[in-house]
Order: sequence, then C-alpha cells, then structure tokens
Amino acid sequence: MKKNNSKKIKKNGNGKNLMDSNIPKGPLSQKWTLHKSKINLVSPSNKRLIDIIVVGTGLAGASASATLAELGYNVKTFCFQDSPRRAHSIAAQGGINASKNYQGDGDSTHRLFYDTIKGGDYRSREANVYRLAEVSGNIIDQCVAQGVPFARDYGGLLDNRSFGGVLVSRTFYAKGQTGQQLLLGAYSAMNRQIGRGKITMYNRHEMMDVVIKDGKARGIISRNLINGEIQRHGAHAVVLATGGYGNVFFLSTNAMGSNVSAGWKIHKKGALFANPCFTQIHPTCIPVSGEHQSKLTLMSESLRNDGRIWVPKKIEDVKLIREGKLSPTDLNEKDRDYYLERRYPAFGNLVPRDVASRAAKERCDAGYGVNSTGEAVYLDFSAAINRYGKEEAHVKGLDENDADLVKKLGQEIVRSKYGNLFQMYEKIVDQNPYEMPMMIYPAVHYTMGGVWVDYNLMTSIKGCYAIGEANFSDHGANRLGASALMQGLADGYFVLPYTIGDYLTNDIRTGKIDISAPEFEKAENQVKSQINKLLKNKGQNSVDYYHKKLGKIMWDKCGMSRNEKDLKSAINEIKRLREDFHKNVFVPGNDKEYNEELAKAGRVSDFLELGELFAKDALERNESCGGHFREEFQTPEGEALRNDKNFTFVSAWEYNGEPSNAIMHKENLNYQEIEVKTRSYK
Amino acid sequence: MNGLALSSLAKKYSMALSGLFLVFFLFQHFTINFISIFSKDMFNQVSHFMGNNLLVQFVLQPILIFGVIFHFVMGLILELDNRKSRSQNYYMTKGSANSSWISRNMIFSGIVILSFLALHFYDFWFPEMKYKYYHFSPLDPNRYYEEMIHKFVSPARVLMYSVSFIFLSLHLLHGFSSSFQSMGINIKYISFIKILTNAFAIIIPFGFILIAVFHFYNSH
Amino acid sequence: MNLILKIWRQPNSKSKGKMVTYPVENVSPDMSFLEMIDMLNEKIILKGEDPVAFDHDCREGICGMCSMFINGQAHGPDRLVTTCQLHMRKFRDGDTIIVEPFRANAFPVIKDLIVDRSSFDRIQQAGGFISINTSGNTQDANAIPIEKDDADKAFDAATCIGCGACVASCKNASAMLFVSAKVSQYSLLPQGKVEATDRVLNMVNQMDEEGFGNCTNTGACEVECPKGISLENIARLNREFLISKVKT
Repeated sequence: MKKNNSKKIKKNGNGKNLMDSNIPKGPLSQKWTLHKSKINLVSPSNKRLIDIIVVGTGLAGASASATLAELGYNVKTFCFQDSPRRAHSIAAQGGINASKNYQGDGDSTHRLFYDTIKGGDYRSREANVYRLAEVSGNIIDQCVAQGVPFARDYGGLLDNRSFGGVLVSRTFYAKGQTGQQLLLGAYSAMNRQIGRGKITMYNRHEMMDVVIKDGKARGIISRNLINGEIQRHGAHAVVLATGGYGNVFFLSTNAMGSNVSAGWKIHKKGALFANPCFTQIHPTCIPVSGEHQSKLTLMSESLRNDGRIWVPKKIEDVKLIREGKLSPTDLNEKDRDYYLERRYPAFGNLVPRDVASRAAKERCDAGYGVNSTGEAVYLDFSAAINRYGKEEAHVKGLDENDADLVKKLGQEIVRSKYGNLFQMYEKIVDQNPYEMPMMIYPAVHYTMGGVWVDYNLMTSIKGCYAIGEANFSDHGANRLGASALMQGLADGYFVLPYTIGDYLTNDIRTGKIDISAPEFEKAENQVKSQINKLLKNKGQNSVDYYHKKLGKIMWDKCGMSRNEKDLKSAINEIKRLREDFHKNVFVPGNDKEYNEELAKAGRVSDFLELGELFAKDALERNESCGGHFREEFQTPEGEALRNDKNFTFVSAWEYNGEPSNAIMHKENLNYQEIEVKTRSYK
Repeated sequence: MNGLALSSLAKKYSMALSGLFLVFFLFQHFTINFISIFSKDMFNQVSHFMGNNLLVQFVLQPILIFGVIFHFVMGLILELDNRKSRSQNYYMTKGSANSSWISRNMIFSGIVILSFLALHFYDFWFPEMKYKYYHFSPLDPNRYYEEMIHKFVSPARVLMYSVSFIFLSLHLLHGFSSSFQSMGINIKYISFIKILTNAFAIIIPFGFILIAVFHFYNSH
Repeated sequence: MNLILKIWRQPNSKSKGKMVTYPVENVSPDMSFLEMIDMLNEKIILKGEDPVAFDHDCREGICGMCSMFINGQAHGPDRLVTTCQLHMRKFRDGDTIIVEPFRANAFPVIKDLIVDRSSFDRIQQAGGFISINTSGNTQDANAIPIEKDDADKAFDAATCIGCGACVASCKNASAMLFVSAKVSQYSLLPQGKVEATDRVLNMVNQMDEEGFGNCTNTGACEVECPKGISLENIARLNREFLISKVKT
C-alpha cells in the first residue's frame, strides 16, 4: 500500500503542483520582511470592489475579519454560534507568548522560534514558525491598544509568567481568562467594522460547502440554522478559520459545536489535509465521571508547578481506594508511586504535555487508576501546602511545627495562586482539593494537524485560505503552552491581510461573483441532497450514539499511544461505523426549522470520514514524535523514538473518493537555521 | 422608547433628583413637626412663618408640588415602561433570591404614600388654602398647634398615619441610597452612604409616627 | 434520582408556547444540568419526537451561550455558575424543576429555550470598542503604564460573558449591567478614555432602542451574574453618561 502511494505522490506532486510551499528566498530572519515588500498590493479604491468570506470568529477569524475590513475589503463573516464572541478561543486559560523580553531574561525572536520548533518535535515548517515569532510582539502592542486588560505589576507595566518547556518568562496573561480577553478584543474590532458596514455578520449560519469556479474558490453555500434556509454567497476569496477537530474523539476539551466540517468540505474539493494524526492530549483534565459525560474540562498546566502526581504502589491499595475503604490521605509515603519523578528525575512533574499524558495512561492501563472508572491519577498539593505553610510560618515568626497552623497558612498561599481552578474542580467533582488530592486524567485538547497551507496560508485550492488551528503549519507534532493564541492572532491580524492581497491583485477587474453560475447551483443541490438523505433515513440510532462510538474507537486505538494492529482495526471499525451511520441514523424534525440534530448529523458524518484518515495517517507515520506515539517505535526505557531520516516531512493527504483511497503527498521539512536534536527529559 | 423621548438614564436621574429633593423636604417637615413635641409656641411661630412667607408660599410650595407630581408621574412611566419590556411573563420567578421585596415593589409603597398624601392634603393643605386664599380669613398666628392636635384624636387616623409612614420607611430604605447609585456615586462611599440613608429611612418616618402617637396620648 | 421537568416548548418565534411535563429517571448527581437535558433529549429522539432545543457550546462556563431560567432563577439556584456548570447534586430526588428561556422583549424566543440575544451584539457595535486599526503599528505595549488597581478593575468588568442573565433576572429586563461592564472596562483604561463620551452615549442610546427596561437598582443582576460583575459598574456608567451629557 505504501509503495503504491509513494508512486502516486511523485506523479501527482509534480503533475498538479499541489505542494509548492512558496517559501520566499533569503535568510530566515529576512524572509517575511522581503516577502512583504515584494508582494503585490491592491489599491484602496480597488479593495472596495473585492469581497472576502471569513468562516469562523475565533481569534483567527475575528482578527482577520476586522483587519480585512479595515483595509477596505467587503467582508462577510459566518459563525454557527449566536454571536461571534462565543467561539471557543474564549475558553483558553493560560496566556499568549510574545518575545518582548520585558523581563530582560534573554528572550528574543530567535529563542521563541527555536523553542516552538523544538517543542513541535521538529515537524513544523521553519519559515512559518520564524514569522510567527517575529510578529508576536506586535500582537501584544495591538491588544493593549485595543483595551485588552492584561495583568500588570505594581509599577503599572505588563506582567509575564513562564510556561512549560521554556526557560524564559514570555507569557502575557489575564488571570485564567486570557483567551476570553483576547477574543473580546478581536470581537470589538469586528464590531467597529460591522457598525461601519464593512463586515456583514451572519450569526447562526453554518458553512455547508465551498464553491469552486475555474479552479478558484469563489464562494460558499451556507445554511441558516434558525430557519434552515440554504444560501449562496459569492466572494473573491474564502478564508477558513474554523478551529480544530478534537471533537472527533467525542470527549474533548473543545466546545460542543466545534467540528471539522468546513475543513473537510474543502478537503473533499481538493485541499490537502496535513498531519491529521497530530493531536495534543493535555495531561491535567478532570476525569470522566460516567457514561453521561458530554465534554471534558481542562485545568491549567500551571498546576503541575506545585502538584505532585502519584498513584498507589500496591494494587491492593488501589482496590481499597476504589471501594472507598481507604482515603488517599491515609496512604504512607512509601506506598505511593510518584511515577513522573521516578521516571524523569530531571524534569519530574514538569515534563511536557505529551510525556506526562502517556505516563498517566501507562499507570492506569497497568490497573493503578484511582477512581471507579480506573482512569484517574492523583495530583497532590499536600507537599506544596506543607512547604509554603512552613515558609510562611517562618516569615511570620510562628511555630513551624504546629501542623494545623502550617496547613492553614499553606492553603492560603495555594488559594492565592490557583484559587479559581480549585473552585472549578470543587464545583464539578464535589470534593475539596485543599484536603483531598485532585484526580486528573489526560484529555484531547488541540489538533496540530489541519488543512495544508503554503507560506501565504493559502490551501491547495486557489483563493481558499486556512488560518489558526484550522491549518497545520506552526506547531509540528506538539504545541507548546500559550502558543495557540499567538498563532491565531498572528495569522489573522498580521499575516493573512498581507498575503491575501497578493492573490487578489488579479481580481480587481473580476466584478461581483455571479451566484447564479452553474457551479453554485451544483454545490447547492449537493448540499440539499445530503440534508434530504439524512432526514429521509428511517434509522433507529441517534447522532450521538454514533459520535460516542467513534470517539471510543479513536480514544482506544488512535489516542495517547498507537500501534499498527490497533490502527488497522480502527480503520476498519470506523469504515463500518460510517456505513452503519448512513443506514441507521435517525434525524428528527425537518430542514425548515431550528434543528440541532440535523446540524450535528452533518458534522458527525464528516468526523466519521476524518477519523479514518486520522488512523491512516497515524499508521503511515512509522515513528514516535510529539503527540504521536507509536508503541513499536520507542527506546528500551519507553521513550518516543523519532525517525528523522525517513519522516522529516509533512504528510498532506489528497482526497480521492474515500478516506481509504486518500493519496499522501510529502512536504519535506528543511531546517537551515537549527540543528535537529533528540528531546530528553531524563 | 416612550413618547417623552427621554433616555432611560435621563429618567433614572430625574427619579433620583426629585426623590432627593423630596427627602430634603421630608427632613424639613419633620424638624418642624418635631418642635411640636416640646414647644407649642415655637411650633406656632414656625408654622406661621412657613404659611405666610411669600417665598415659601409662592416659590417653594409650587416647586414642592411639582416635585411630588413629577416623582410620581415619572415613577408611573417607568413602571409602565418596564412592564412593557417583558410582555411574556415567567411561569415562575424567585425574586426573593436576588433582591429585596421593597426594591421590586417601589410602585406599591409609592402608591400607599401617594394615598396618604391625598389624605394629608385633605386634612391640612386644602383647609389651609381655603382659609388663606379663599375665605381670606384673618391671620391667626396661634391656630396651628390646636388644628394639628385635633387631627390626632381619632385612633383610626393615627393608625392609618402610622401604616403610611411604615411604607414611607420602606420606600426610603431602597429609594434614598438608590438615588446615589443612580447619580453615579462611587462605590467607595456606598457603605457609608448606605448606613446614613438607612438610618434616615428608619429614624425619620418613625419619628413622624412617634409625634402622632405622642399627640394622640396627650389629647386623651 | 428521579425528577419531573416542566419545560417551555415553543416551536418557533411566531407560535405560542406552553409548559410541557417530562419525567426523567436515573439522574446521576454528578451530571451537569445540560447533561441531564441531553439524556432527556436522547429519549425524546428515540421516540421520534422533537428534542428540546437549547443553546450551549463550551460547557465550561465561559462562552455565555447557555441560558436557562431554572426554578425562577437565571442559571438556576447555584451562585456564580452558568447553566452548564450547575450540577444535579443541587436538586433532590422527586423534585419538580421548572425550565424556561430567558425572557425579555429584547430577547425574542427562537425555539423552546433558545432566545435571540443579537441585541447585545448591536449594543457593542454601537460603541463597544476602541477605534484603533489592527495594523500593529501602535506604540509599544508598555508605553503607557496603567495603575494595577485600574487594570484589575477593568479586567473584572471585562469578564462579562454576555449571557444575558442580568436581563433575565431583572424585573424590568434592563441591560444596564451588561452595558456598564463594557463602558467600565474602557473608561478605566487610558486607551479607552479618548472616545469615552461618544461611546457611552451611543451604547445607552442603542440599549434603549432595543427595548430593554429601565434600571431601578434592585441589584438582582449582580446576584445572578455568573461572573459576579459588580453594581459599581452601573454607578460608573451613570456617572459617565451624566458627564458626557453635560459635555455635549
């Protein structure tokens, strides 16, 4: 199979020229500047003649819409939520990276670039990442000017904190709600343009398909979710800012509505889909409590600064704990297995996300999980409470041996650092984390893979762009904390508005796109027939039934660790599930009303295709890197084993009728500025 | 927006300002009434001044009447406006969980107070106006105290009077401090204002009741 | 536990709605309120009927999309939570729970428990922004120091999630807490002061046009707000509006 594919790659790759990454020439640090000064511009009077569609209003979509409208283009923006402010970027907690070096700790554009490449386990595109680091500082300037209330110190200047995997403090934050504040900033910039009439906003509208005419994206078909109306929208360019596809796992930290459909529709129309198997599984989430669970809640990674992760050493103790006959607080130190500290003495509890997640899974798979489902480990703050309490007692001149006093003082310190997270935990789990160790388990969080784009963020369909989490470009095989917000805003505010102009210079004389063209009609009819098919299906299972089943296959066989056997069986199972879905799914109601089941059915149908490609991609990548861990490729100590010789490439998949027939194209990654090294946390 | 074309905030300010003005008047009225407890002569003297001073009678009195009417009319407009903003009501609401009864029912306490004012006008103001400006009766600087005492003989009247002042107290408990919030007084001073206004809202109306009860017992 | 739900059902904005009773069984106390509704819907769907439509998205209390009026209170009986963060352990076996949409003329019902809150968007479009282009060619982020206290207060105001619980809880359906949160955020920051006058006048004007009621300082909004936005912000809005009126 693999042989066949590689043959096709060459032919297709050369024939169609799908894979030109268009990286500008010149030294890495000059590429973006030179590129910007050379690309074509559209004059202000001509921008008025050009329409752009933006789908999605998260950080990338909102910032792009606002900036494009400011530049003078006519923008039409779509979101499925009731307001652009609700996009899931709003839920990001930790912060946003920028190489401002305000702390004077030696940060620089190059250092941010290097950390991001290394964090991505050397599977991201060097030129894109450098550009990201380069514009990161501008983002902060922009957001402050917009009125984003970042945290400040007593001198009135911006405060920073440090995040996993780096040696400097470069993360700007607004308590635990950085994503919310940044998104509301971009939303306010959008509102200004909506008020001026430069953006037409379509809330509660879902993109159903892209329309391609003469090889160029010329519009979309949308569905009004309130009354079911199918609409045609023409534009000279289409921008997808539709986020990640973590919900293919059913349970993830994504919002309920997050979906892959927009990206998948353009994939089926010719856009390549890159690295679908690169998924980030975040180690500190609240465990699943039962069958009824609809989504998972993330707790900031900063908790691992003070919490120690452990499970009991003896399986008898695990049993007693699960039966409620033993409290974890009563277990002796010598009966506890602080497995991260044991396995990674150098980094301990602060190993990167992918490593911490896998280690938790390893313990739980061995039967040491501490809750009734067997999928939870302890995150214990008692040592930190004790340590802080003693320090505080010492500072205040109180008795350091008074256990109750020390505990009280220590809890106060912990409360001041993580109070809101502890409260959130208590609301959900109904246990006091100051007294009992927290229970945590990894959960799907972010997808590094996505629609393949070139340096200009254009997909392999001309005039169709993908920005933010929807594209694949900047995070390689693993994303560092506080980099997602940075990428979304960089793409939307500072990259796309320049690069899209280069393409649009050819469209100043095109005139309005004619939506009565046969291409629009055909696309509309296709959408309508898909909807009718779903509604006419007289099946007996709900949409969620299939979504949950798909999620279970994905989690069990394409989750934190993967192997050839499971991946092959996942491919078959997903295919069968998809066939069953189209035979036996039941969608109530009709298409002329608000019908959430219908919308969900469309999304799950796309997840059922993506899931298979995901597994196929994971099967083809015979190495372990970042979030992708293949059991066959590990060191004797159980660490990830990268294969740089054969796999330093982006796998970009071309749709070919069925996910199983997808054709893989390789974009080789060339690192000029940095030396590719092995990551070690021992 | 309603026909008066006032912004919601303009209505809010006018409620607050007219309310504060009435609070000021109430304080003045209370002071004079309070004098009646310990000095009949002084009460007569002050009442005579208030009743015959040209400035008080022809400038302040009309302003006051306008203030009362304005506060009431504006309150009614607000109430009607606010009812219009939710034409389909809830099947179940639990207002007690998030706000005080009185803050939600200012219109009722206001109507009780207004009814009391009608009685009060009937008792004092109309006879007074008739006496002075219709019959052109001779000036009698010593009639006021006796006239007042006469009104507090009936226990039913004293009871009605007391009940009205309890409603006034409730009305003030929300309204007085609320008018500062409406005028945008910074929260830093609110706790201080809250204590002051609450004290006022309790002491003054109960003071009025005390005066009525005092004269009731004295006259029996 | 077993519960009786009385839920507002209304097929669309034009039709009349009514309360419909549904029993639900085997509810786990660890479920969130929305997961309990999911369970009910699964049953309704398998019967071939129309499931209860409700708004929801992030299910972690930050997007502001969920909006149920439960037992007479916006987002239910718990404090400082949204509907999605409300857990069934707040209820007892055998309880009857009344579920209605957020009601206000400015929030017309779309279907069942879903309401149209685009009036909030239009208020923001009228002035909820700083008129600065997103070119990145602004001054350095640290060029203007901002007193920590002001920055913190601006942040507290900015945490509003725009869910509309304030409007739903207010007996007058007033949107003052929502509007004041945005006005406050910007009026506390030097960047926002430049156009403070126009902003407050335009936003209040839009708020009135949308048909929200008048604020009578009952304070219900502050108590029911899932993010604890303070009434202090309304006082600040009152002040800012007055000053702006005097100026213009």
